[in-house]
Amino acid sequence: MIHMCTSDGDDDMYTDTAGPALSFRKGLRDGLPICLGYLSVSFAYGMMAVEGGLPVWAAVLISMTNLTSSGQVAGTSLIFAGGSLLEIGITTFVINIRYMLMSLSLSQKIETGMSTLARSILSFGNTDEVFAVAMQQRGRIPCQYLAGLILTPYFGWAVGTLLGAACTGILPASVRSALGIAIYGMFIAIIIPPARKSSAILITVILATGISCVFTFTPVLKQLSSGWVIIICAVLAAGFAAYRFPIDVEPLEEEQL
Amino acid sequence: MTISLPYFFSAVAVMALVTYLPRMLPLVIFKKKISNRYIRSFLNYVPYAVLAAMTFPGIFSSTATPVSALVGLAAALVLSYLGKGLLTVALSATAAVFLTECLMKIF
Repeated sequence: MIHMCTSDGDDDMYTDTAGPALSFRKGLRDGLPICLGYLSVSFAYGMMAVEGGLPVWAAVLISMTNLTSSGQVAGTSLIFAGGSLLEIGITTFVINIRYMLMSLSLSQKIETGMSTLARSILSFGNTDEVFAVAMQQRGRIPCQYLAGLILTPYFGWAVGTLLGAACTGILPASVRSALGIAIYGMFIAIIIPPARKSSAILITVILATGISCVFTFTPVLKQLSSGWVIIICAVLAAGFAAYRFPIDVEPLEEEQL
Repeated sequence: MTISLPYFFSAVAVMALVTYLPRMLPLVIFKKKISNRYIRSFLNYVPYAVLAAMTFPGIFSSTATPVSALVGLAAALVLSYLGKGLLTVALSATAAVFLTECLMKIF
């Protein structure tokens, strides 16, 4: 891990902007709320996989190699239906295209000197939630922080799947239902404080919410997969905000995003 | 229903690949800072747009009933407005949902 996190130079402008706070340990700690939310979501996934006919190890294998909720659920359903590999590939890919946007955004937030090896490994863990928490940090993100931030949720995702698959009845339904909101609570805690300070961010949030609701409730539009809806919301809302409220000076370094 | 192992492993490999590539490619390709002002601003707003779109209206179907989700949402909004941390907000929303659903069972 230490070796992987050695940057290949070319970074003197940014190395100290992140400050000493973004350590591996802080990453592990910041990953805890994500881990908590993942436990419930992956628990549900594990149950679904075993009820559909997969053995426990297969459910855990999928979780540990994919690390994504909606893509896994869609892919697993297609496996149950005996879908072709092409069908499985295209469906899962469409759901996952949104990660390109997030990874592009993250590429401008991590330390510029981070090595290709570190980027290749860490990108595996760039889930919606890890992305959200990483982008919230002040300054450039160093490798060790991102590694910590990924590790705790990864553990939660795997363990939750195992528990859900192995002992379906371990959590009462009331607790599982309540845990379902944990991830969303975290998202709200990330978007509200900056939206309170910046009207540009508030407008971005309101626009994206509005567009997302339109795509969920309008008869024909609601057939679009959630992956596409997120991309459309992000492009329209962030595109409008960038046009209407362009940011002049080095926002990724100066402001807390 | 039986699922053959070769089919299963190929399917999982395909799923893993099409999940990994969209995450890996931009991070490995864009190593330099993008200087275009519009694109920089756009990428700055992307996280908020993505999170808002994922939260709404998804949050209302995340619990047993939309009513408990609404109470959980209210708790999360108030606490995050007051500047509480991620874990506090997430746990409070969870507790609010749990209590609401308990109350709904009693009445």
